[in-house]
Amino acid sequence: MKEERKSRVRPAINFFFTLPRFGTGGKMVVIGLAIVAFLLAMTALAPYMEPHDPTALNVGPHDLPPSWSYPMGTNRLGQDILSRMIAGGSTMMEVAGLSVLICFLVGVPLGLLAGYSRRMIDSPLSLLMDSLYAFPGLVLAIAIAAVLGRGVVNLSIAIAVVYIPTYFRVVRSQVLTLKELPFVEAVKVEGGRTWNILFRQIFPNVLPSIAVIASINVADSVITEAGLTYLGLGVNAAAADWGFDIYYGYQSLLSGAWWTVLFPGLMVVLLAGGFTFIGEGLSEVLNPRLRR
Amino acid sequence: MSLKSYIVTRALLTIPTVLLLVTIVFLIVRVLPGDPALLHFGKQVNPAALASVKRALGLDVPIYVQYYNYMVGLIHGNLGIAFSNEQPVAPQIISAFPATLELTLGSMMVAVLVGVVLGVRSSRRYGSLEDTVIRTFGVVIYSIPVFFLGLILIAIFAIGFHILPSGGRISTVVPMGGTFFGVHIQTGLYTIDSLLAGNLGEFVDSIKHLILPCTALGLYISAVFLRITRSNMLEALGQEYVTAARARGLKERSVLYGYGLRNGLLPVLTIMGLEFAGLLGGAVLTETTFAWNGIGSYIYNSIINRDYIAIQGAVVFFGVIVAVVSLVVDVLYAYLDPRVRY
Repeated sequence: MKEERKSRVRPAINFFFTLPRFGTGGKMVVIGLAIVAFLLAMTALAPYMEPHDPTALNVGPHDLPPSWSYPMGTNRLGQDILSRMIAGGSTMMEVAGLSVLICFLVGVPLGLLAGYSRRMIDSPLSLLMDSLYAFPGLVLAIAIAAVLGRGVVNLSIAIAVVYIPTYFRVVRSQVLTLKELPFVEAVKVEGGRTWNILFRQIFPNVLPSIAVIASINVADSVITEAGLTYLGLGVNAAAADWGFDIYYGYQSLLSGAWWTVLFPGLMVVLLAGGFTFIGEGLSEVLNPRLRR
Repeated sequence: MSLKSYIVTRALLTIPTVLLLVTIVFLIVRVLPGDPALLHFGKQVNPAALASVKRALGLDVPIYVQYYNYMVGLIHGNLGIAFSNEQPVAPQIISAFPATLELTLGSMMVAVLVGVVLGVRSSRRYGSLEDTVIRTFGVVIYSIPVFFLGLILIAIFAIGFHILPSGGRISTVVPMGGTFFGVHIQTGLYTIDSLLAGNLGEFVDSIKHLILPCTALGLYISAVFLRITRSNMLEALGQEYVTAARARGLKERSVLYGYGLRNGLLPVLTIMGLEFAGLLGGAVLTETTFAWNGIGSYIYNSIINRDYIAIQGAVVFFGVIVAVVSLVVDVLYAYLDPRVRY
């Protein structure tokens, strides 16, 4: 009776609440989702939460250690670090989100196409993607970001180029298996159009693996964005930004003010870690072969 | 396919990959919006001076001529002339390479050691608290930007305890290398050069300088080795030959290392090749953090100087290195596991 009632709950919500039953993987997804939700809410509500203006100079003394009035201390410009931590995630989240969207919109269709079509399209595409994949990602992103210049969109493109091959490879290899399966063959026999087969039959079956890649990819994007910002290729030095604060805190750290680097670094780790947890957990939940 | 013909095929396949790569980088620098020369010199420079600089650097001809010139130059090992100091890029990169090589080799050792040891432990106690702790360590270490890890290490060991240097490659003068069987050898790897010179103090000093950057970069990469080792070990331990070995009453140790790890380690080799690319990327951030004068610092300085020819040269160099390393790894793999040749 109880089971019956439960099954009437909408599938998505149901999936979420049954996650803990999927062992370690499910728990990891829940922890990851909680962390990400917390950070998103914090960033969205930043104007109501921050004790000081995050960009205001000389809010307190310079390089002051954490204390009751400044729980995370102040930086070299006398800015309140706690306020900067609450507000500083937005650029990173925008860039990560946008780059994943670009990867999805470019990598997935190309992967579907390459996996389903003959060698004429598949071979050159695969060669291109393999070359990109083998390349040191950060170095490529540096080259693109340096030439394109600052800006959320430019930075997102630079990061997306690095990760498109990952989507491409996974989607392509799945399509290669899926297109031989009976349910696809059946639609083919019925005279279904290629477009219909690709997006209505094959695409939904590729989605779970894309979900895993995308969540790990967000983590990678966050770390890459932080890295590019650290190298001086970031979006904007005026707004509060975790990546920029690590870069900026370097000088203070060398004179002993560890808090100027520790807190922004931890925020980046928390955001990236949240998404890594989701990705790792999802891959275990969706891949029962690894589960015992 | 014999090993010899596999090597030849694999080596020939490297050529289009490298060509494609070089072309992509060339296009990124020349075709993306923004004139590299203009971006470097700023808008206030007078047009006549800019034109003469562009002529001197061969940037005034049509793009396909530039591409042809660039390719011909590459074959001769010429990576163009840097904007910032008007010196050829290739020798600058070659002289910075030993520093990066020393850093990456050291980091790879740390990564494989930490990753394989923890991966084996984690798979042996699958589902236990230890497994969970190790996996969480893997996720956390994967999520830490390498430069942040480096800064934390500096804060603790260099600034807090004063036991290790915060940056640089050596405190004293550059080791000169030594004469070996009548030939003077200077590798540019300070650890080896100081040993060749017979200077133990310099050797210890250069090792001390290596510890923090290699730990930071190595731990950053170790998460990947940890995951691969764990999943391969789990797979290997589930095989029938492992059950058979256990049934024969072999010690758990020899089952684990003799049967599990020997088969689980092979894919780690492939990952070593793939991760070399990640290592080079991480090296840029690590070198910047530890004032390490390698190619990473060269790239960083080129970004600061908006020197696109220098960036392009370094990126191409990294790409070729990665292609060669993955070729070597694949050949090694084919030698160790003849199945992949077919």
